[in-house]
Amino acid sequence: MRLAIGFVAGLLFGFGLIIGGMTDPARVLGFLDLAGAWDPSLIFVMLGAVVTTALGYRLVLARAHPVCDTGFHLPAAKRVDRRLLLGAALFGTGWGLAGYCPGPVIVSLASAQSGVWIMFVAMLAGWLLVDRVVAAS
Amino acid sequence: MHWSQALLGGMLIGGAAVLLMAGLGRIAGISGIARQAFGRGKGDGREDRGWRLAFLAGLWCAALLWQLVRGGVSLGVPQVSTPVLLLAGLLVGVGTALGGGCTSGHGVCGIARLSPRSLLATAVFMSFGFLTVYVLRHGLPGALS
Repeated sequence: MRLAIGFVAGLLFGFGLIIGGMTDPARVLGFLDLAGAWDPSLIFVMLGAVVTTALGYRLVLARAHPVCDTGFHLPAAKRVDRRLLLGAALFGTGWGLAGYCPGPVIVSLASAQSGVWIMFVAMLAGWLLVDRVVAAS
Repeated sequence: MHWSQALLGGMLIGGAAVLLMAGLGRIAGISGIARQAFGRGKGDGREDRGWRLAFLAGLWCAALLWQLVRGGVSLGVPQVSTPVLLLAGLLVGVGTALGGGCTSGHGVCGIARLSPRSLLATAVFMSFGFLTVYVLRHGLPGALS
């Protein structure tokens, strides 16, 4: 059951990214290019996703627990720190360089284009690097 | 692209996030899910790998089904050279690990919860995305193409 829910959520998420245009880096870079021929359509992806999630969360989080678990796993971190800001700045820079954020990279692996795999391996290396450094410190 | 198609895509993403919270009580943050599925992760990363791998399998199946129906390359192609993709991947990896989220975890789920951390993180990564594209396309055109 847990696996089925995970799979269906992934499937829906993937279709959303594809239909919304997030898997097309040309479109993403067009959205990020405020001073060029700006393509504002991705704002509607964000809007649709945030409003749907906010309304859905209101209903879901009012329940005692999720269907397949004893409690909700919400992020415990509350503090705004340097790590959060530095991380967001680095991520935004990488997103602006290639036009791919993590979801679209992973979805696009299925299109078997070498560039996407290269970006995926580098992204994985970045995750492992931070996990290792943080584990060591 | 028509705005209504973008809105539909967004609503599907939101539906997926709501389903994951309703079923498993989890945030649909792709960088976190993938990190803990592939890597060491933290906390329950190890024991709870199953649904994360199933989620990633769902993402791939969406792309495969889409390509089957639409035929061939319909997912968009990389716009920059291999060295730039390598650098971008590393920055996205390190950045999302340090910042604890990406466009989905902070930008969608976090903002939907009105988390101050996520609102700020989203403002910062959007700003740096705009800034990077501005510098590359209008400040130093050709620098990294």
